[in-house]
Amino acid sequence: MVLEKAILAIITLNGNSVGGGAPIFICETKKELESVAANLEAITDGIAHALSDELFIIVKH
Amino acid sequence: MNEYTVPIIFGVLVGTITRMLMLRTDYRQYPTYLHGKIIHISLGFIAASLGSLIVPAILEKEYTAVTLLTVAATQFRDVRNMERNTLNEIDGYELVSRGKTYIEGIAISFESRNYLVILTAFVVTMVYILSNIYLAAVAGIICIIVSKILMSGSTLKDIVEIEYHELHFEGAGLYVDNIYIMNIGLPERQEEIRKYGMGFVLKPMDMNTVSTIANLGQRQAILHDVSISLGVFRDSGTPALTPLIKRDLDDGRIGVFILPQVRDIAKAKEIIGSVPVLESAIKMPSKSKSHNRKEH
Repeated sequence: MVLEKAILAIITLNGNSVGGGAPIFICETKKELESVAANLEAITDGIAHALSDELFIIVKH
Repeated sequence: MNEYTVPIIFGVLVGTITRMLMLRTDYRQYPTYLHGKIIHISLGFIAASLGSLIVPAILEKEYTAVTLLTVAATQFRDVRNMERNTLNEIDGYELVSRGKTYIEGIAISFESRNYLVILTAFVVTMVYILSNIYLAAVAGIICIIVSKILMSGSTLKDIVEIEYHELHFEGAGLYVDNIYIMNIGLPERQEEIRKYGMGFVLKPMDMNTVSTIANLGQRQAILHDVSISLGVFRDSGTPALTPLIKRDLDDGRIGVFILPQVRDIAKAKEIIGSVPVLESAIKMPSKSKSHNRKEH
């Protein structure tokens, strides 16, 4: 089976709100959150999507 | 030299010229200049020869010679395959791909152009043998005009209205008018998109058009053509900067989000308007019998 989309990473300010298989990055500040997301986006060739202000996911399309 | 030699040469010549006239290298840069063109002119020459040779064969009652045409059909079906394969191979390396429907459209037209050449050469040779060179020349011109008409399909401006709309974000969601395009998380990406992106809404004029522009291949063709003509603000490894088209499910309008390098609204409208309507994307629900049945 080929997965067309996959969540490659989760970046969050609140570690309690997430769990599961993807790597989770817990950040302290909103600024840190955005810079981690920007870096991961570039590294993984994915897109950073915002689910809420404090929760970003990197998705491979 | 016999009585057929000159008419055949004339037919082949007119046929080859027809092929040349139908072979335009435009913004698509396809067929590629120079070698791609040579391939197609040579094939056009072969097609023209086949068309011309049929006439003396019929006149000399050599009917079995007509079976040669089946060889031609096979030959030109291969042209279609060749075009399809080449374009598929290189499509993966385009920043904004053509899409399979567009490729199929190009391949079909390359095949059919050769048949038009056969027809032209056939008619011209026939007229020459039965009358004289002047009438043959007239027949040749008429054939060329007919081929030109047959080869020009309609473009998007015939079937949709194009409106410019500013892009806007609601939270992380990117919208063109009220059509949701995608979720962009990073503020800096959003800034880039606000700065470089443009939004257009294509409004279908009737219900046939609704399904035509909903076709994913047709949508990809729009994105490809716009990106070729206006440039595209993206690179490999930046999937967030991907031009996209999404559909309004309510009324079938489509929202076009593009990232052109040349940000000129009038020019962009013109380019979207001149995107060819792909043959395989055309649907005609209005021709359906049950759809048109009058309720009594």
